[in-house]
Amino acid sequence: MIISGSRRHVLAAAGGLGVSFMLPSLRARAAARRGRERPRSLITLWLAGGPSQLETWDPHPGTAIGGPTRAISTTIPGLQIASDYPRVAERLGRFSVIRSLVSREGDHQRGTHAVRTGYRPDPVLSYPALGALLAHQSPPTGLDIPAYVALGADAFPGRGGYLGGRFDPYRVFVPGFAGQNLVPHTNGPRQDRRLTALRGLDMHFAASRGVPVAATLHDHTLEAALAMMSSEQLAAFSVVAEPAAVRSAYGETSFGRGCLVARRLVEAGVRSIDVTLQGFDTHAANFTSHAAQATILDGALAALIDDLADRDLLESTVVLVTGEFGRTPQINPLEGRDHWPHGFSCLLAGGGIASGRVIGATDPEGRLREPEHPVTVADLSATVLAALGIDWQRELMTPLGRPVKLADGTPVVGLISG
Amino acid sequence: MPQSFRDLLPLIWIVAVVGAVVGSVVAASRSTLPSHPWEVEPPSQVTRELAARIDAVINVQISAAGLEPAALAEDVLVLRRMWLALAGTVPSVEELRRFEADSRPDRLERWLAGILADRRSADHLAGLLASALTGNDGGPAFVFRRDRFTSWLADALHAGWSFKGIVAEMVASTGLWTGTPAVNFVTQAASAGQVDENTLAGRVARCFLGIQFDCAQCHDHPFAPWTQTQFEGLAACFATVRISPLGVRDSGPAVLRIETPMASAGAMPPLTTDPDLKKPFIAGRRAVPQVPFGQPWFTGSGSSRAKLATWITHDENRRFGRAVANRCWAIAFGRPWHEPIDDVPDPSVEPGESDLLDILGCDFCAGTGDLRQTLAAICSTAAFRRASAHPGLNDPSRAAAVTTSWAAFPLSQLPPATMISAMIQATSLRTIDPESPLFVRTIRFLRAVDFMREYGRSHPHEPATIPQALVRLNGRLARELCEANVFSGPGRVAGLSQSNTSRLDTAFLACLSRHPDASEQRMLIPLLEAGTPARGIEDLYWTLFNSAEFCWNH
Repeated sequence: MIISGSRRHVLAAAGGLGVSFMLPSLRARAAARRGRERPRSLITLWLAGGPSQLETWDPHPGTAIGGPTRAISTTIPGLQIASDYPRVAERLGRFSVIRSLVSREGDHQRGTHAVRTGYRPDPVLSYPALGALLAHQSPPTGLDIPAYVALGADAFPGRGGYLGGRFDPYRVFVPGFAGQNLVPHTNGPRQDRRLTALRGLDMHFAASRGVPVAATLHDHTLEAALAMMSSEQLAAFSVVAEPAAVRSAYGETSFGRGCLVARRLVEAGVRSIDVTLQGFDTHAANFTSHAAQATILDGALAALIDDLADRDLLESTVVLVTGEFGRTPQINPLEGRDHWPHGFSCLLAGGGIASGRVIGATDPEGRLREPEHPVTVADLSATVLAALGIDWQRELMTPLGRPVKLADGTPVVGLISG
Repeated sequence: MPQSFRDLLPLIWIVAVVGAVVGSVVAASRSTLPSHPWEVEPPSQVTRELAARIDAVINVQISAAGLEPAALAEDVLVLRRMWLALAGTVPSVEELRRFEADSRPDRLERWLAGILADRRSADHLAGLLASALTGNDGGPAFVFRRDRFTSWLADALHAGWSFKGIVAEMVASTGLWTGTPAVNFVTQAASAGQVDENTLAGRVARCFLGIQFDCAQCHDHPFAPWTQTQFEGLAACFATVRISPLGVRDSGPAVLRIETPMASAGAMPPLTTDPDLKKPFIAGRRAVPQVPFGQPWFTGSGSSRAKLATWITHDENRRFGRAVANRCWAIAFGRPWHEPIDDVPDPSVEPGESDLLDILGCDFCAGTGDLRQTLAAICSTAAFRRASAHPGLNDPSRAAAVTTSWAAFPLSQLPPATMISAMIQATSLRTIDPESPLFVRTIRFLRAVDFMREYGRSHPHEPATIPQALVRLNGRLARELCEANVFSGPGRVAGLSQSNTSRLDTAFLACLSRHPDASEQRMLIPLLEAGTPARGIEDLYWTLFNSAEFCWNH
């Protein structure tokens, strides 16, 4: 590698590539801290397909739109949620609930983009997901593994957008066992021979193309990947070492393991983790389909909140539970509900989020389209960023030379704790 | 008699293997078909003259920067560039051997014409254009069929349609997205059953005019002369579009009620709701079809979309030609003449010989409109055939000038689709093309889908990400492709070559399209000598696939 310049330049280059973890730790391991002093992380439990607000956090039992879903009381006085979530109900006092989210996107891909980024899809500019913004605005030090990780299969994962591909999440399709593509095909002397040959070949190529080859950062990326492959922090991707009781509490499902891995990654210092649970696009058989997913989500979410609290990580970790939109109040002839971006629900907990708050309300008769106290997806982004200690009003210059705010909304009044 | 289906499995396997072998032999026997690259007539004298005019512009730039141009690259490396740029893969060992045996003085010109006439080129170019014209996302469900759109584009390009005609079809067609694939250009902007006129206006401006004025949807452009009224007029050209289960049609008055700003998901202005279209509009705001310049070209008897198509492709619309030229330049060189690719500088009052985009654009507008002719001219330039190595590229104070003056061929990262195509081709000694057996093409397709799902997107000038490096280093596909067995290219290289020198040479040709030099032989022969031939060749292919030289076009 031919690269010249001062230590500062090297630091800047490494930071820009997202390989700052290759550098010696500049200060004590932030990951070891606990409580409020810890750098903040974000766990997003993504309910792909558009979860019905009426079957989750905003039921209307006994009404024409409520269907057979029953409601149960929670630890937030006066608030009921769907009875499929008894364990979450016992812990809801740690959360706040928004029941009046509004988006203008009723298509899965566009809706996912809107909620993940806080912006509508724009053909000219690709916006970064919240997780990418957090990794960009609060880069970790001493971390060998990527700062933004996505767990589970997801058709429309978060992206680095205008921040660049290096802020795309590291995707693990089957969480709980190991990271993706981390085990070399060979090892020992054979792997050493391969790497020696590769480095020699790259030096040969760079010999008469020094500056442009250096700009590719090809060998920096290689060395960063190799460092990641041998990092002790990779253990965070596996739940094998976790006690059976803990694994059982999260649930022996891909999503349950993903939530447990998310907690382990937060402990390691990862900034943002998306965990995806599919199966909420219930155009038909909404109630039975939802009940099956609720069984998975209820246990995993409850275990995650307990675990984060027990380990004194909840104050530094924002947990967001949402999907791309909600579902229609009306029940269609197939016993399903269709897409509904006009008043849907999400849960927020941890970090700088105040607990026990309920924002907005939807019409129990389903006649009014707009909810009370509507919260736009841009407001949700601003709220999450504020709870993470990020200046949501900050403008970043995009590659097009157009300044764009981190979030184009305002934090929801009352949701940010002092 | 066999007792169960399981008893028949060995027989099925034998039939499958025999069928595959016979299929390969049949495919190989077709090597006399006249569409092969080495059998096509070279580009015309007109193309060569156009290339010379382009080189004159670039030579002035290089001299002005006080530089000498890089030496010409080896012919095989130029051939590699042509395949990567125009067909999205590397040449096969079979093709490289044939090229090296071709002693005609104009062999590069002939092969260039041959590549452009190859179906693989049409497929690749169609994929690039489809991404530019409709974006990379999946698009609206049901009404948008990217596969049909891309396939139609490939057919049109392969048949030599004028790009003007292709654009006119895309902008103005009516019909079903499956039966009339051109309408997918319109249905890409469908949302909730109706088309978003603003998305289409922005797309038309960027792709066909080289104007970025999406911002004018909400306000006048802050530092260019484009206004919100102009944008709304362009969007209004699509106001009559209706989408139904029967397809795209034009209906109703050509008046656009102005929707709320699109970029922000935040605060909303006062709205009213259109009872038919169920979309929120700003009360009282309306626009009628109009174009931001060249009013006399906006004519015709059809719909406002048809008039728009006539206007875009009018011979005097230099912005169209310049936008096409800039995109073609990016296809060939991996980066556009002017960046960003869809924000092309305004043309001067009169076309000039010092403006490369005008030279190419005017030739395109005045000619047949076949994109392949423009691409042939660009790939026939000396600039395209220069080496990517240059003495100034080791000097940080001069490297930028070398790059910006096009004194050397620029490095650009292979797009994921090209990278996987190149890896698959490199591990097959025979050419993989539409004549390959069905199972070969099916396996190639499935592998490509898996790879791109995992690899994600990349930008030509951005470094690869660490997860992308991990896919190449440790991914399952990389392991399978490098594996030396009786069916694989690496296995055949290991088994059939007589020496490690020969193995190294063949692997270099397959992966890097060139022969190793003496220092590389000294460096890499030990890798082959360390274990069995099979293990050694696996190590070598793995090394080559992960090298900067393989991952970056150069």
